Amino acid sequence: MRETDLSVDICGVKLKNPVIAASGTFGFGREHACYVDLNKIGGISVKGLTLRPREGNKPPRVAETPAGMLNSVGLQNPGVRHFIENEIPFLRQYSTAIIANIAGNTIEEYCEMAEILSDADIDAIELNVSCPNVKAGCVAFGNTTEGISEITSQVRKYCRKPLIVKLTPNVTSISDIAAAAEAAGADAISLINTLLGMAIDIETRRPILANNTGGLSGPAVKPVAVRMVYEVSRTVKIPVIGMGGIFTGSDAVEFLIAGASAVMVGTANLVYPDACIKVCEGIEQYMKRHGFSRVADITGSLILNT
Amino acid sequence: MSKLLREVIIGVEKAAKGIYRMTVASAHISSNAVPGQFVNIKCCDGTQALLRRPVSICSVDRAEGKFDLYFQVKGTGTEMLARKKSGEFLDIIGPLGNGFDLDIAHRRIAVVGGGIGIFPLLFLLNESKAVVKRSYLGFRSSEQILLLEEFRQRSTSLETATEDGSFGTKGFVTDLLERDILSEEFDMIYACGPYPMLRKVSEIAEKHGIRCQVSMEQRMGCGFGACLTCACKTYADDGTSHYVRVCSDGPVFNSKEVVFE
Ligand SMILES: Cc1cc2nc3c(=O)[nH]c(=O)nc-3n(C[C@H](O)[C@H](O)[C@H](O)COP(=O)(O)OP(=O)(O)OC[C@H]3O[C@@H](n4cnc5c(N)ncnc54)[C@H](O)[C@@H]3O)c2cc1C
Ligand SMILES: Cc1cc2nc3c(=O)[nH]c(=O)nc-3n(C[C@H](O)[C@H](O)[C@H](O)COP(=O)(O)O)c2cc1C
Ligand code: FES
Repeated sequence: MRETDLSVDICGVKLKNPVIAASGTFGFGREHACYVDLNKIGGISVKGLTLRPREGNKPPRVAETPAGMLNSVGLQNPGVRHFIENEIPFLRQYSTAIIANIAGNTIEEYCEMAEILSDADIDAIELNVSCPNVKAGCVAFGNTTEGISEITSQVRKYCRKPLIVKLTPNVTSISDIAAAAEAAGADAISLINTLLGMAIDIETRRPILANNTGGLSGPAVKPVAVRMVYEVSRTVKIPVIGMGGIFTGSDAVEFLIAGASAVMVGTANLVYPDACIKVCEGIEQYMKRHGFSRVADITGSLILNT
Repeated sequence: MSKLLREVIIGVEKAAKGIYRMTVASAHISSNAVPGQFVNIKCCDGTQALLRRPVSICSVDRAEGKFDLYFQVKGTGTEMLARKKSGEFLDIIGPLGNGFDLDIAHRRIAVVGGGIGIFPLLFLLNESKAVVKRSYLGFRSSEQILLLEEFRQRSTSLETATEDGSFGTKGFVTDLLERDILSEEFDMIYACGPYPMLRKVSEIAEKHGIRCQVSMEQRMGCGFGACLTCACKTYADDGTSHYVRVCSDGPVFNSKEVVFE
């Protein structure tokens, strides 16, 4: 019997296993550390960082929906400098990859953060391009091929870490967007971010979220996410990190087969603090059952119906 | 410290209209929980009621290693909970959050509860060493009333108010507090209930310079501090205000800290 090797290499970042905690669902790891051994997690994409501290949106910021949830946290975070001073030292106590997820209002802000973080002790930078571009009429950077090309190529100039571009699914052609990111210098693609949604309290006729709309995540988005990972991984040569509704090892394997080289687990971390570890165990069991010795052998092993 | 737990349900029974009591065997919760803390419950396996539901700890039995919850059936999650049977497992995380300040310096206390907010206050009365404990409970109508005997046994006095006047004084529970506030010389007021009630109690406490702690409610994603969805605006020492987490920075706050918006 061959050994099961769970490790993966994503654009030069070595992960002990392919399971990464998704941004915004794992804080900076401190809360989950009470319940799970962070050493057992492949990597942690931290709460979305902005140049300066951000207050976030008015509550309520969460609404449960069928097999999912909407959130409108609004990027509440203590800012990139606080992260470097106070959170990296904590996370570095553990052997898990640190991915800094960044968001900004302008391209300049993204570039400045990429520059600052390139000198910090982190393993990769993940660009959240779902934020509205204030200078371009507040259309999200990631919504157009021009927008994604520009932000990726600009950030690339300042970024001396592996650069992961995280795509928003709220677009017409995800593969065009992914191709634009690759051409502009992305080292890897992660997807999907949340789908824009709304939930209404019919008694008050008001949206449940104070922000009116929010991002949908959880099992409800999984089929959309799997399809997008499939399309993107056929289009680009760089590694793809898949996410959207992963709760179990089987969910994760679906993404790997569709073409992902690693996965991120989001909403599941809120319900089951040990979700990342359970997902990892599930992947390992699948590999044993099917005689896969390396995760990379599952990646893109999809057999399409003809 | 809070833990991921799989505990056995001892019993579920109806306690009032639409309200159920659940008794759960848990050495960890009964020996570690303090009044004001809650547990976060996965009401069923799978994707229905996907998120956990926060429910306050109402009483603990340390000797027997069990605790009680009371919950009102509101939607899918609590409906599933009401259907649980003794002997089944309950998937919970707890105890969570920060409890009430039960400093013995608070000798004369007022306890103000509204609706489903009364439950953590029973636990508080059990643990409080105060000399005078006056309880004021408010309900929408007589049908929702429960636990009166339990409150009476643990308080120096108990008064109730219903909005429709079907039991006790007609009106709001805060009217009763306001009536007694000058004569009673409370050292501390503890409150849990709907937002407007908490705001009013805070105003009364502020006006009379009495310390006051309120237990806030907010929709929660995780219940243990990771997702930042359960925001509550509070004042910092320098007078600026910031969002903090109800689940892990609260749910109990000093009323002066809370920005009632
Ligand atoms: C700290 C805390 C302690 C609580 N203690 C108790 C208690 O002891 N007894 C009791 O009966 N209730 C308590 N509640 C309220 C209880 O959590 C909600 O009634 C319950 O979550 C409703 O779930 P549902 O599936 O039945 O309703 P649904 O309306 O179907 O729930 C949909 C979503 O909204 C959330 N939600 C709905 N109402 C509330 C609410 N009032 N507060 C927070 N989230 C809400 C649910 O958690 C869920 O995510 C407490 C709430 C908090 C925050
Ligand atoms: C509460 C919450 C906060 C989130 N915050 C961020 C964020 O700050 N940056 C980001 O890129 N994605 C954020 N996301 C999106 C997730 O990282 C992930 O892309 C999405 O939720 C889909 O995965 P899931 O279905 O496994 O949750 C957030 C998601 C949730 C539920
Ligand atoms: S509910 Fe997730 S931080 Fe409070």
